[in-house]
Amino acid sequence: MLLTAVGLVILGAMEVYVPSIADTADSTKIVAKDFMFNPTPLTVKAGSTVTWTNLDDEPHTVVSDTGLFKSGGMDTNDSYSFKFERPGTYHFTCSIHPRMVGTVVVQ
Amino acid sequence: MSDDKYPLSRRNALKCMAYGGAGTLFALSGGVFTPIDLAIAASDRQGAAKFGKPLFVQISDTHIGFNKEANPDVAGTLSQTINIVNGMVDQPALIIHTGDITHLSKPAEFDLAQQLFTHLRTTEMHTVPGEHDTTDATVTEYFSRFGKASDNKGYYSFDHAGVHFIGLINVLQFKPGGLGTLGEEQLAWVAADLKGRSSSTPIVVFAHMPLWTIYEPWGWGTGDADQLMNQLRRFGSVTVLNGHIHQIVQKVEGNITFHTARSTSYPQPLAGVGSGPGPLKVPGDQLGAMLGITSVNVVKHPSALALNDTALA
Repeated sequence: MLLTAVGLVILGAMEVYVPSIADTADSTKIVAKDFMFNPTPLTVKAGSTVTWTNLDDEPHTVVSDTGLFKSGGMDTNDSYSFKFERPGTYHFTCSIHPRMVGTVVVQ
Repeated sequence: MSDDKYPLSRRNALKCMAYGGAGTLFALSGGVFTPIDLAIAASDRQGAAKFGKPLFVQISDTHIGFNKEANPDVAGTLSQTINIVNGMVDQPALIIHTGDITHLSKPAEFDLAQQLFTHLRTTEMHTVPGEHDTTDATVTEYFSRFGKASDNKGYYSFDHAGVHFIGLINVLQFKPGGLGTLGEEQLAWVAADLKGRSSSTPIVVFAHMPLWTIYEPWGWGTGDADQLMNQLRRFGSVTVLNGHIHQIVQKVEGNITFHTARSTSYPQPLAGVGSGPGPLKVPGDQLGAMLGITSVNVVKHPSALALNDTALA
C-alpha cells in the first residue's frame, strides 16, 4: 500500500514535469480560438517576447488593461508580439469581444 | 420574451396589419409610436411604395474587408444593398449607418466603403462607429473620415423632419469582461441635449452595440444603457436602432422600440449557439435572405414611425 502510494506520487511528479519540457518551446505563445485566449494565465520570464495568434474567422485584438501594449485588429492567422521587460501580472482583453480576457505573469 | 414581460403594451398598443402579402406590419394604435417588423422582398417594390416616403434607411455592419467563407464578396452584397435603396420609389432623405463599416479599420477598407457609398442616390449619411472600425492603433481612421459631425467625439445629434436624431458611441470605453459602455461624459451630454425638449418630439437613437442586453455572455449589450433609457422614458416616441449582432432582434418597452438591423455582410448565430459571435456560414442560396437593411417610414407624422426590414434576397 505504502509503496504503491509512493509510486503514484512519483508518477504524478513526472506527469507534471513532462509537459513543462514540452511547454518550453511554446511557452511564449497564446492563441485566440473559439473566442477564448489560451493558455491563460501564461507565465514567462522577464525579457520574454509573447506572441498572440488569432485562429478564429473573426478578428481579435490584444489590449493591455493598463495601456502598456495594444495590437491592431488581427485577422485570421495574424499575430502580435510584445516583449515583457519587467516582472509583474499583466491583464489583457480583446477590445472587439471584451468578454475575452487573459493574463501574462512575468517572473 | 418582451411579449411575456409587457403583455399590456403589446395587447393595447400594437395593432397588426397584414401588408401586401410580403410581411406583417405592426402599427401603433391610438397614438404615440409605431413599430415593427416587415420583410419586404426586394422584388416587391410596388408594395413597398404603398408605405409612403421612407424617412431614412438604416444600413449596418457592412464589414468591408471581410473575405472569409461566410461571404467572400462583402463589397458585392453592399452594392446589392445600395441597389435596393436606390430602387425605392421614394428615396429616403437620410441614410444611417450603425457601424462596423469596415472589418479591420484599415484605410483601404474605409476607402472602398466610402467609394461604394457614393453610389447611393441619397447623399446624406450619418454614421456611428462599430468596434471593428476602431481597432487601428491610433483610432483615427474612422474619425478622420466620419468624425466631423461629432467633433471627433463619436456622439452628436441633429433634427430632420421634426424628428430628433441622436448618434451615440458605445464601442470605445469597453470594460474587460464586460459590455459596451456609453460613459458618464456622453450620458451627461445626452441629458443636456434632451433638456427642454418637448416630450412629444419623436426621438431616434442609434448606436452600434445594442442599447439593451440581448446576451451578456457574448457582450451583446451596453452596461450603462439603463441610465440612457431613464432619460428617454418621458418621450412619447423613441426608436432605438442598433447593429452589431447581424440579425433582427426587437422589443417594445413602454414608448421605446428597440430594433437591431441585419448586416449587409454575413449573418451571425442566434445568441448562445456555438462558440461565439463569429461569422455564420450558410449555403450561398440562403445568404441573401439573412442580409438586409431597415427602412423607417413616417406613418402618422410626426408622431409615428414604422420600421421595415428588407432582405437582400
